Amino acid sequence: MKTYEKSGGFFPVFERKTGPAKDATHYCPGCGHGNVHKMIAEALEEFGLLGRSVFVSPVGCSVFGYYYFNCGNFQAAHGRAPAVATAVKRTNPDSIVISYQGDGDLAAIGTAETIHTANRGENICVFFVNNAIYGMTGGQMAPTTMIGQRSTTTPQGRIETVHGNPIRMAEMLATLPAPTYIERVAIGDSKHIMKARKAIRKAIRIQAEGKGYSFVEIVSACPTGWKMDPVHAREWLLEDMLKVFPLGVFKDESDSREEDSWLRRYDAYDPAVVDEYLDRLKSTLGDAEPVALAEDLHCKFAGFGGQGILTLGLLLSQIGMRAGQHVSWFPAYGPEMRGGTANCSVNVCGSRIGTPLVETPNVLVVMNQPSLDAFEKEVVDGGVIIIDTTIVEGRPDDKRLRPVLIPATAIADEVGTAKIANVVVLGALVAATGCFPRAFCEDTLRAAIKKRSLVDMNIDAFGRGYEFVKNAR
Amino acid sequence: MTDNAALDVPWMEVNGELCKGCQLCLAVCPKSVIAISEKLNSASYHPAYYTGADCTGCGLCFYACPEPGAIRVTKP
Repeated sequence: MKTYEKSGGFFPVFERKTGPAKDATHYCPGCGHGNVHKMIAEALEEFGLLGRSVFVSPVGCSVFGYYYFNCGNFQAAHGRAPAVATAVKRTNPDSIVISYQGDGDLAAIGTAETIHTANRGENICVFFVNNAIYGMTGGQMAPTTMIGQRSTTTPQGRIETVHGNPIRMAEMLATLPAPTYIERVAIGDSKHIMKARKAIRKAIRIQAEGKGYSFVEIVSACPTGWKMDPVHAREWLLEDMLKVFPLGVFKDESDSREEDSWLRRYDAYDPAVVDEYLDRLKSTLGDAEPVALAEDLHCKFAGFGGQGILTLGLLLSQIGMRAGQHVSWFPAYGPEMRGGTANCSVNVCGSRIGTPLVETPNVLVVMNQPSLDAFEKEVVDGGVIIIDTTIVEGRPDDKRLRPVLIPATAIADEVGTAKIANVVVLGALVAATGCFPRAFCEDTLRAAIKKRSLVDMNIDAFGRGYEFVKNAR
Repeated sequence: MTDNAALDVPWMEVNGELCKGCQLCLAVCPKSVIAISEKLNSASYHPAYYTGADCTGCGLCFYACPEPGAIRVTKP
C-alpha cells in the first residue's frame, strides 16, 4: 500500500505558529513555498536525515520555516542564510544544512553571501524559491522581476534601462568552479513538480554524501503578489516566466566528485594545526620558561594613527605569549594611516580568553586627548591609566584610578625619535603593573624587533620608561 | 472514506479545514475526480473534496497541493 500524506519531516502540530490554525501553514492559497516545503520534509524523513538536519530560514515569506520543519532550525538575518548555514555546517560537519531563500533575500540583499558560499563550495543545499517579486512586503520589484512585469514599485512594468534586467542566479553561479550541482526547476504542472522533487532529493543526497554545494532554483508562483488566481498563476509561470528563466541542469559534477571529499577540507580548522602555527610564531621570540602573571591584563591602548599604538599592543602580546600566557590583540582604526584615531585591545591572561574585546580595561594608555575623553570612564576602579603628558593636557580622576603621568614623547625625542614613544610607554606599563620582569621583557623585545639596528634604541626607550615610573614612586 | 477502504480501491481525501481552496489539485487531477465545495470552512475557504470514485492513487494532487496536511492519497 502506498500513502501520500503529511511527512514526518513536519511537526505534527505547528505549535510555534501564532493564531488558531495550528495545522495549516501561514502561506497564501496556491503559494509554491508549501510544495517545496513538502518535498524537502519528505526527502529529509525518507533519507533518515531529520535528526541531524538544520533548516535555515531567511527573511521573506518563508521566515517561519521553524514553525514547520521537525529538525534543527535557525532564522537568519536578511540574506545571510548561506553564511549562517556555512557556520552550522563547519561547526557540525555531520549536519545536513538547508539554506532556504527567496529571490529578494538571495539575489538582492544576500547576493554577496550567496556568491561567496557557492564559490567556497560549502557542503550545503541552497533552495532558491524564485517568484519574481517581493511577496512578504507586498509585491515590490525583486532582482528577478521580469521586463514589463508590474509590481508596486514598477507600476508601469520593469524597464531594462531604469531597473536593469532580471538576474539569472543559476546561470551566474554555474560559472564558478566550486559548486557541484546547479539546476533550475519549476512548481508548475505535475510534470514540472515531480522534476522539482527529483532535483531537491538529489541536492540533499549530494550533501549527505559530502560531495559539496548544491543550488536548486525553484521557479514558483506568488498568486497574491501577482494578483492572479492560483491556477492561472501557475499557467503564467510556465508560459512567461520560463522564457526568462529556462529550466535545466546548469552544472552537475555529482558523479565525478569523491564522496566525503569536501569534508576533508576541514583539516584546515584542526586545532592541532592552529596550535602548530601559534607555536611557530612563539618560537620566533626565542625559547623561554613560562613566567607567572600576577594579574590578568585587559588593556586598551589609544591615540593617533602613527604613534605606534597597534605596535605597542603587539609588543605586549608577544611578551605575554613568550611568557606562556594566553594573549589576544584586537585593533580598531580609522581609514587614515596617519593622523586618524587608533586603538587596540590586548588581553594577557592566565586562562583562555573568551573575547578579544576589552570593554572595561584595567590598563588604559592614552596618547592623545580624545582618547582620554573617550575611554577614561571605561576603566575599572583602581585601574592603571598611563598618559603621555607631552601630548595630553587633561588629567584623570586620581581618586578612582591610578594615573601614571609620563612625558613619553619628550623622552622618546631624547632617545632619538618621537616615533619610539610607544616603547617608552611599554616600559612604563611594565613598571606600573609589575606584570613581567624587566629583563624578560627586554629579551623579548630583542627577539621581536626585526630591524637589528633599532634594537638598542628600543631597549633604551623601554628602560627609560621603566625607570621613570620606578623613580617617580 | 471507509467505503473506499473496504472496496480496496485507491482514493484521495481532503482535510476540509486545512484546504485553502486554491484548486491546484483540481487542475492536475487526470481523472477530474476532485471538486470544490459550496460550503465554506472555518477559515472562509471553499475546500476541495473527493467526488467519490475513479481515483487512481497517482498522488499528483498531493504534490500539487501546497498545504502539508490537506490532502491524503491512499493506493492499496
